[in-house]
Amino acid sequence: MKRAALILLPYSWLVVLFLVPFIIVVKISLSDPALSIPPYSPTLDLSAGWAGLTSFFGALDFDNFRFLTTDNLYWMAYLSSLKIAVISTFVALLVAYPIAYGMARAPEEWRPTLLMLVILPFWSSFLIRVYSWKAILANEGLLNQLLLWIGVISEPLTILNTPTAVYIGIVYTYLPFMVLPLYSALEKLDTSLLEAAEDLGCTRFQAFWLVTFPLSRNGIIAGCFLVFIPVMGEFVIPALLGGSQTLMIGKVLWEEFFSNRDWPVASAVAVILLAILVIPIVLFQRNEEKQREAEG
Amino acid sequence: MRRLSWFNATSLTLGFAFLYMPMVILVIYSFNESKLVTVWAGFSTKWYGELFRNEAFLDAAWVTLRVAIFSSTLATILGTAAAYVLVRGGKFFGKTLFSGMIYAPLVMPDVILGLSLLLLFISVGLDRGMLTIILAHTTFSMCYVAVVVSSRLVSFDRSLEEAAYDLGCTPWDAFRSVTLPIIAPAVISGWLLGFTLSLDDLVIASFAAGPASTTLPIKIFSAVRLGVSPEINALSSILIGLVTIGVISFSITTKRAAIRRMREENAT
Repeated sequence: MKRAALILLPYSWLVVLFLVPFIIVVKISLSDPALSIPPYSPTLDLSAGWAGLTSFFGALDFDNFRFLTTDNLYWMAYLSSLKIAVISTFVALLVAYPIAYGMARAPEEWRPTLLMLVILPFWSSFLIRVYSWKAILANEGLLNQLLLWIGVISEPLTILNTPTAVYIGIVYTYLPFMVLPLYSALEKLDTSLLEAAEDLGCTRFQAFWLVTFPLSRNGIIAGCFLVFIPVMGEFVIPALLGGSQTLMIGKVLWEEFFSNRDWPVASAVAVILLAILVIPIVLFQRNEEKQREAEG
Repeated sequence: MRRLSWFNATSLTLGFAFLYMPMVILVIYSFNESKLVTVWAGFSTKWYGELFRNEAFLDAAWVTLRVAIFSSTLATILGTAAAYVLVRGGKFFGKTLFSGMIYAPLVMPDVILGLSLLLLFISVGLDRGMLTIILAHTTFSMCYVAVVVSSRLVSFDRSLEEAAYDLGCTPWDAFRSVTLPIIAPAVISGWLLGFTLSLDDLVIASFAAGPASTTLPIKIFSAVRLGVSPEINALSSILIGLVTIGVISFSITTKRAAIRRMREENAT
């Protein structure tokens, strides 16, 4: 009896506030926009009985999805999000790997402190961390002032409100997500394997490439998913640093909903975004489960 | 003792400089006299004064704080129950769906979660306000709590619970006097995680908030969209300071507790 209550409480919470909203999104993505409140039709009329139910399902169609395929804006936005997500995941991996490697090779008594230094930005506000780049990247900003002062450039570079600023923002804010799984994979690595490789005549670089890198594979996979998946739906970074030049699907969804008030199209955009993300999400969870079993 | 190679030392220095430089610059410029954020005109704390006279920010901060406390507390209760059920509950109908629903919100983009919750609130006719933000934040925070607590539940020695049963404890007694004290650190970090996630959330709150209930991130976002302002720098510096103090003191207390436990175990 008590067990049933314990199961039902979180279960029903998630069904009502996670699963049902989801079904509503799918339903509205199949509806037509209308000038009413709520701004879509049909709405389910249970009082009309069976006739109401059939007319409700009869009125649902795939018009919004057809509309998405005809308008180039959406294609471009999905592709551009995909491109930005792939490139910034790769750059984040390149930046994070040496940091995680350095942490794992640091003296043992330093490691908790280093770990806390990586986690600390993760606890402080995401919005503020993105915002902090605005003053640095602006035309009259600190980076340009510095470069002008050194004499590398003679005219300020335009970085803010371009895709470059978005890449910098993404790599910066998601870096801890990449460093942490890499660190936990590298820290577990048995260093005697490296000594064995060097004894067998490997150079240090060969030993890294043949031993360390393959053994940190799980960390690399986990880190890449942890960056790639949220970046695909990212809204804050392109909105603050990207200007009107950067097209990302999260931003399109937001504008479709809040500016155009076209809920059915916004829902269709969300459904397709999720369909794109289902594959990496499932792969990620499989990878996590495999790792848990291997450790368990 | 192995020393750091020059390569590792350089990559650590550069890496941490990259992570911290923007925030350090932001804090420094919050004490700038000039209204132009990028031109240094002398030390001043006037923007902090302006900030504390700005009613709109104070109201939003108060809403945010209440939302964070309520939602993280609710999320801790629900998430701990969910973790317990997942790890100790045995098999039940729809368990795969349940664990799927726990893990999915962790990786789902915020825009999708926000949009779907808003459409739910509208279709059941719930007015948007503080309540809807709390409901939304509880939903995603409980999943984080469940993951943190269940990893602790998996790793601890089950025979302790079994011993409690053998000594005549009811399941509730065993949970309260054996399980809960052991998983307590995970429950507390789950609460803290939920609390900071709620403080920080912009996207989901924007969907779930009504016009009368604006949270601090929403307020900050609409202000910084227009450009950089020294007032926001001051506000950000305060938030960064609070988080730093919180995280450092939490990690010191847990470290002390761990040392004390180790001593006690060695003594017996």
